[in-house]
Amino acid sequence: MKKSRIRNIDQGAIMKLNKILKNTLLIVFACFALSACATSKKTTGQMQGDVYTGTDTVEYLASGVPDRVFFATNESVLTTASRETLRKQAAYLRKNSKITIVLEGHADERGTREYNLALGERRANAAKDYLMTYGISSDRISVLSYGKERPVDSGSNPLAWSKNRRSVTVKAN
Amino acid sequence: MKILIKIIIFLIIIPSKSFSLIEVDITRGNLDPLPIAVSPLSIDENSRQNFEKILKKRNIGEEISKIIEVNLKTSGLFNPLNKDAFLQAPDIANLKPRFEDWNLIKAQALITGKVSYLDEKLRVEFRLWDVLAGKEMVALAFTTVPTNWRRVGHIITDKVYQRLTGEKGYFDTRIIYVAEEGPKTKRIKKLAIMDQDGANNKFLTLGNELVLTPRFNPTSQMVTYLSYFRNLPRVYLLDIETGMQEVVGDFPGMTFAPRFSPNGKKIIMSFAKDGNSEIYTMDLENRIVEKITNHPSIDTSPSFSPDGKFICFNSDRSGYQQIYVMKSDGSNVKRISFGKGLYGTPVWSPRGDLIAFTKLHKGKFYIGVMRTDGSGERLLTENFYQEAPSWSPNGRVLIFYRETKTDDKGEGFSAKLWSIDLTGYNERMVKTPTDASDPSWSSLLSN
Repeated sequence: MKKSRIRNIDQGAIMKLNKILKNTLLIVFACFALSACATSKKTTGQMQGDVYTGTDTVEYLASGVPDRVFFATNESVLTTASRETLRKQAAYLRKNSKITIVLEGHADERGTREYNLALGERRANAAKDYLMTYGISSDRISVLSYGKERPVDSGSNPLAWSKNRRSVTVKAN
Repeated sequence: MKILIKIIIFLIIIPSKSFSLIEVDITRGNLDPLPIAVSPLSIDENSRQNFEKILKKRNIGEEISKIIEVNLKTSGLFNPLNKDAFLQAPDIANLKPRFEDWNLIKAQALITGKVSYLDEKLRVEFRLWDVLAGKEMVALAFTTVPTNWRRVGHIITDKVYQRLTGEKGYFDTRIIYVAEEGPKTKRIKKLAIMDQDGANNKFLTLGNELVLTPRFNPTSQMVTYLSYFRNLPRVYLLDIETGMQEVVGDFPGMTFAPRFSPNGKKIIMSFAKDGNSEIYTMDLENRIVEKITNHPSIDTSPSFSPDGKFICFNSDRSGYQQIYVMKSDGSNVKRISFGKGLYGTPVWSPRGDLIAFTKLHKGKFYIGVMRTDGSGERLLTENFYQEAPSWSPNGRVLIFYRETKTDDKGEGFSAKLWSIDLTGYNERMVKTPTDASDPSWSSLLSN
């Protein structure tokens, strides 16, 4: 009896200790998770996640109409900012119905050449599809992928790569 | 190519197998290259003068043996000994080597030979000797046009390599690649071709349009590549001899990532449209186009197995770039890469047993090989950036390109060709006059 009671007490203590440990671990994990989020969602002023949000390389089709949108690594999904840019482009193209465009898709240097050619094509088509849903006829749009062949920034760092992952709308006439 | 070289083999002596003659094991990294003496090919004074007139080389015999030496050294399997230590004169050594003399300088194998000028042609004979056994291993003679003198050195090296390793050589071959110049943001690219040892470099395009990924036809002197002529990225065919070019197929979009089938009769490539890249083949004789893959993801970088029955390719259908194998009709698609990281540029070995690839993992790029079922993955080299391995025709060496990281100002960029043995040893930069990328190794020009 005595022995078992001691054991019970011990077990109770151990369970309590376990709980405490678990909770602290949870807190520690939470801290990690938060800091991880903080790093991955970090906005450096020019990047959100790894998508470029700056304006250094951006040119304009017309006043207030940026010519390019940016992508995350390996992605061809349009960000909220990209969709806004493309809506401005669509509005401009609707007003200027004689203009035809080339969408030039690009990738950064951190991928194999052939896959990047395909990725650039996919990015430019993501932009094309969005412009089409805003009333721009596919007849006015052609698509050209450069893969990683035409970077705008020759740097070998994450910011340079983010500027290079892009689809640029170029007037063709 | 026209028959540039007319080889008249009139003497081949292979010794009986009762003696255990020297052998070089090429299946393992060779840390102890075989000491070999390359005695300069001897030449009589009259022939020497004739060749000096034609080729502007003082002693063509010595020049040819220099090529052999460089080839042997570059292979990593042989250690050509310093000529200063040679005791026997080249002409006498070719008749009957004094094996004690060659043994004294620790040579295990010896190459001797003779060049002569005969009816405006270059006639060469050479012998490979086993110094320890005191036996002749190979003897061979052939005749060619004098301007082929470099190839004579390569052919001799191929015969020596084959006799000592038991496998065909890769020295009488060429490399087609993309020569690069100018700043990274406005790179000028030209097709270029050179001998395997970097000699006879020649530019095939002027650099007016972007060109990428040239690949040899394994059976002829044709090349397929991607050109941005008129800003339309399309797969082209180029005949190196005539300079004739043509677009492959009439596709309403970008065609890229071309390669020949093993018999040279088809081109396999990707065709991208509406954000989707699929793999197609085109028969070069009847121009019939077949769609091989059918999937909304990216399917690219296809490469046939040497028997033509299978295709390995790159797809991101699992979410990220991985390597897949399918039957040549597109059925039985199986993913074979399951290691950590992304995989690209699969290329089937000419021996059929391995697939070479590029791998990206934790910000580093690797060139590696795996079996065709994906097992036995082996990474050969790690770097900041490297990709696009191409096999030597004997499947023992890979050539690829490597790019350097730029500094904070975006400067210091370079792209160079490198080669490495399948064993992971003998990594070397392949010298090119300009920066270079996208190498493709030809088949042996002569057999």
